Amino acid sequence: MYTSMGLDNRKMAFWAFIGSECLLFGSLISTYLIYQGRSLSGPTPGEILDIPVTSVSTFDLLMSSLWMVLALAAVQRGDMRWAKVWLFGVVVGGAIFIGFQIYEFTSFVRAGLTLQTNLFGATFFVLTGTHGAHVAVGVLWIFTLWVRALQGKLGSEHAMTVEIAGLYWHFVDVVWIVIFTFVYLLHK
Amino acid sequence: MQDTKAAHPTAGTYLRVAAVLIVLTVIEVGVFYVPAFHPVLTPVLLALSAIKFVIVVLFYMHLKMDHRFFSLLFGGPLLLASGVMLGLLFLFGVLGLGP
Repeated sequence: MYTSMGLDNRKMAFWAFIGSECLLFGSLISTYLIYQGRSLSGPTPGEILDIPVTSVSTFDLLMSSLWMVLALAAVQRGDMRWAKVWLFGVVVGGAIFIGFQIYEFTSFVRAGLTLQTNLFGATFFVLTGTHGAHVAVGVLWIFTLWVRALQGKLGSEHAMTVEIAGLYWHFVDVVWIVIFTFVYLLHK
Repeated sequence: MQDTKAAHPTAGTYLRVAAVLIVLTVIEVGVFYVPAFHPVLTPVLLALSAIKFVIVVLFYMHLKMDHRFFSLLFGGPLLLASGVMLGLLFLFGVLGLGP
């Protein structure tokens, strides 16, 4: 289905959705930055954030974005064998990222940082948790595409379906690029 | 239809973009650990982050090749979100509102 502008209406609607997501994450990042350095008690970001571990998970998410575009390119040229490989790579990459986040959250809770501990805990868990939930949705979505590919129900005629899933995945990636800089590297 | 006709980059371009993103991420983390960069840490990290953001949006999300209307649908709310962020940071940071 195409709009009067000749654009795919699903893709146009999805870009509008991504635009609304910019406002959601913009408000969450603003809240984090406003309350940064205003916690009355620890743990503080400098005491608890593990930059080397998060750098590895950032690298993992960047790689999964590469695999997503390679999956789309494979679907567009009808090479379903490689499409299955790359889609599976995205699912695994996303699952590894979620694993890193679960490890980080549990280690923070063990160190005494929860949603209720201080302003840093409240804003950090809400921001990174919302992002993690988006990653989880993306993993489930791309997993369904991979299953459809395995069943032979995904072909080059479904390239737009894969492209839209890719738009979501890359948006999740660019949000993490911003979060990694503001929360992890520019912490006070 | 216009948006489906737009030629997407080749696998080679995607790999080169990934290489650039990896190098920028390594520089980001490296700059964080080098004390000599600490006086300019904030602007350097913000610039590197912005470059990575733009590269992903242009090449992986195909805004460089797709119809301009998609750029408008994304860029408009992104500008609005950036404005809201700057406004809130000004109100709560510079003017000292809040807790």
